[in-house]
Amino acid sequence: MLQEFGNVGLLLIVALVFPLLALGTAFLLRPRDPGVEKSLPYECGVDTVGTTWVQFRASYFLYALVFVAFDVETVFLYLWAIKFQELGTFAFVEMFIFLSILLVGLGYAWKKGALEWK
Amino acid sequence: MLKTETYTLNMGPQHPSTHGVLQVVLELDGEQVVEAIPHMGYLHRGIEKLAESRTYVQFIPYTDRLDYVSSMGNNLGYCQTVEKLMGIEIPERAEYLRIIMVELNRIASHLIFMGSLAIDLGASTGMMFGFRDRERILDLFDMACGARMTYSYIRFGGVSADLPPEFIPALQCFLADFPAMLEENHGLLTGNEILYNRLKNNAIISGEKAMKFGLTGPSLRASGIDYDLRKVEPYGIYDRFDFSVPLGQTGDSWDRYLVRMEEMRQSASIIAQAVEQLPEGPVMAKVPKVLKPPVGDVYHSIENPRGELGYYIVSDGSPKPYRIHVRRPSFINLQALNETCQGLLIADVVAVLATLDSLMGEVDC
Amino acid sequence: MQEVTGLYVIAEMLRDILGHYLPAQYVDISMSLINIGVIFGIISMTAVVLVYGERKVSAFMQSRSGPNRVGPYGLLQTIADMFKLMSKEDIMPAGADKWMWILAPMILFIPAAAAYAVFPFDNQAVFADLNIGIFYFIAVSSQAVLPFLMAGWASNNKYALIGGMRTVAQMLSYEVPMVLSILGVVMMVGSMRMSDIVAAQQNVWFIVLQPIAFVVYVITATAEINRAPFDLVEGESEIVAGPFTEYTGMRFALFFLAEYANLFAVSAIATTLFLGGWHGPWLPGWVWFFLKVAGMVFLFMWFRWTFPRLRIDQLMALGWKVLLPLALVNVVITGVGMYIYQLLS
Repeated sequence: MLQEFGNVGLLLIVALVFPLLALGTAFLLRPRDPGVEKSLPYECGVDTVGTTWVQFRASYFLYALVFVAFDVETVFLYLWAIKFQELGTFAFVEMFIFLSILLVGLGYAWKKGALEWK
Repeated sequence: MLKTETYTLNMGPQHPSTHGVLQVVLELDGEQVVEAIPHMGYLHRGIEKLAESRTYVQFIPYTDRLDYVSSMGNNLGYCQTVEKLMGIEIPERAEYLRIIMVELNRIASHLIFMGSLAIDLGASTGMMFGFRDRERILDLFDMACGARMTYSYIRFGGVSADLPPEFIPALQCFLADFPAMLEENHGLLTGNEILYNRLKNNAIISGEKAMKFGLTGPSLRASGIDYDLRKVEPYGIYDRFDFSVPLGQTGDSWDRYLVRMEEMRQSASIIAQAVEQLPEGPVMAKVPKVLKPPVGDVYHSIENPRGELGYYIVSDGSPKPYRIHVRRPSFINLQALNETCQGLLIADVVAVLATLDSLMGEVDC
Repeated sequence: MQEVTGLYVIAEMLRDILGHYLPAQYVDISMSLINIGVIFGIISMTAVVLVYGERKVSAFMQSRSGPNRVGPYGLLQTIADMFKLMSKEDIMPAGADKWMWILAPMILFIPAAAAYAVFPFDNQAVFADLNIGIFYFIAVSSQAVLPFLMAGWASNNKYALIGGMRTVAQMLSYEVPMVLSILGVVMMVGSMRMSDIVAAQQNVWFIVLQPIAFVVYVITATAEINRAPFDLVEGESEIVAGPFTEYTGMRFALFFLAEYANLFAVSAIATTLFLGGWHGPWLPGWVWFFLKVAGMVFLFMWFRWTFPRLRIDQLMALGWKVLLPLALVNVVITGVGMYIYQLLS
């Protein structure tokens, strides 16, 4: 098994090298002609007004919170899912407890308006 | 809630969806629009001023370049205005040909509307279908006057040339195919749940508000106001045809879309009636080579695909107009943008722009 | 004994040949490197083939001809495009956050490529048959959020910023129903190992047993790879090109490459989880695998060229209020169904 993970590690390294190679090739091929005008940020041909990095209203802070809760719970669900067949009735009952927690959480978030785009 | 800052975003003039070179300065809070101010003038050519140094006839090609997807209508409006000023009578056949061309052009223009709405909402196939179907109409225009976009087909006293013999069969073939084309587009777009949800109950312009903005054309009728110049003050021979004016109920984007889709069907029916009634005869009245309209002024307006297109001409008796002013529906309809967009999301701005159907060639005269 | 057409047999033959020339400890590592080479070959090829395919499919749907100038039937169009992108000048926007801006396309490529480690292309032809296979895929593919946000933030461009912010909202929201839809399959198999999942579908594909999960998976996968109707991240008619707005040349190409690598990846996962993987009569397994993947890719392309784009609030509502409950219900149905099945048998 360790060897398998070792293989994955090797793949990750190559995956990092691959874009470097591609960019390196492009570096050799491409022309260089920098200019002030062309490095201006694109805003439909007009000079940008004000700064870009403002206190952006992201509107999904609550989504992110709900996401974290759900994602962590899902990790546990996977472990449970693997052993579902072996554990029999115990897992079956447990499923309802666990999923009802999730559903109550979802219902609560829904009712509180956390799922509305504001 | 965290305090957030609004920021200014220039949408246009070089933007994939502002239909030409419109610049909309958006004041945004996150994705929500606080203010959407259209800035125009990027396509200004001074057409009204140019008119003062051209003769009346020379100005006809300039009208082509106002609303360049419905040039026939522009020609018609201008010619009828001058004819009204001079009291020129038009031969019957020419009247019918004008109706056929203008209504064909209305269909072509609404197909473009449909296509551009589709691509603004991300459905690029809708655009291709719209342009594909419009191609059939352009072929017909090509047959009649040799041009596909800037026609100058309608002239003082009639039309520039009679139809070639192959035109009527080709037109009838188009009319026979048209319901199926429309059905296909309805199937792709109107029946689509996502499109419905994007447009329904979105960007509502009430009838009252639409009147206040001075909206005309399909954008006004979508708000439930029954005002179509073809019915209200039938110019030309529109009183001889049997057609209905589709109206919307709520004035949302969906209604603005549906009204135009239905108008295409009505236009097709007008064309079919005109082809049936088409008399034989001359297509041009006796009009002097050099036009010298009597001193005076005249206003005449017609129902263009985008709304009420009006020409106001002041004549000082010379061969050149003293002043021409064009009431461009696109320009006036665009004024509704800011108030309609406030509180909506960026994606809706694009939809509102598309359903108001302003064309930059006409906005910047 | 398998026929020689199986990929595993070919690999074994190669291993034998290498064994003659190399000491034993180097054989494994050279085989790994060869496999990696094959995977990157597949990634590059899919990008080339899928871009061409996409353009031809869209042309077919829009009654156009599509690329037909470079090479026979325009087959070399993508190659030409690649060279064009390579020879484009590299322009960094003024005031950009330099390192974040440079790193974003590279980092995006890593999860896209890493996902390929666990695809069962054929019987025993998995690069790394991890015991947490599908979980690994989920974990790796969800890393794609970060580079999008990096690119959006670092570009010093408002369109890019909006796009980057949208990415986070979209990809996070669709992650949950996607993970839950896969859960049903894992329950039925009792393992997260990819080869086990495929083996469990020898007789009946999971699309039959898990139709809800399949639908939820396909929708969420479309959103995860930012393709229409969920292409709000790029949303070209609204925010020009989103996070990619300021990228040119090869850097843009890397985004593009990752996009198509991801398209292949989610199609391959759909094939593995729901369409029986490499199982199929007559033809060799890997041919079936690629055929099924091609079918899924066509489905995604079909979506793209048919549907308009959703609005961000509708996107969120769909994810949280429709797909998430649906995925949860699917888990319950699967659990109850399996329990009853166990009681009966």
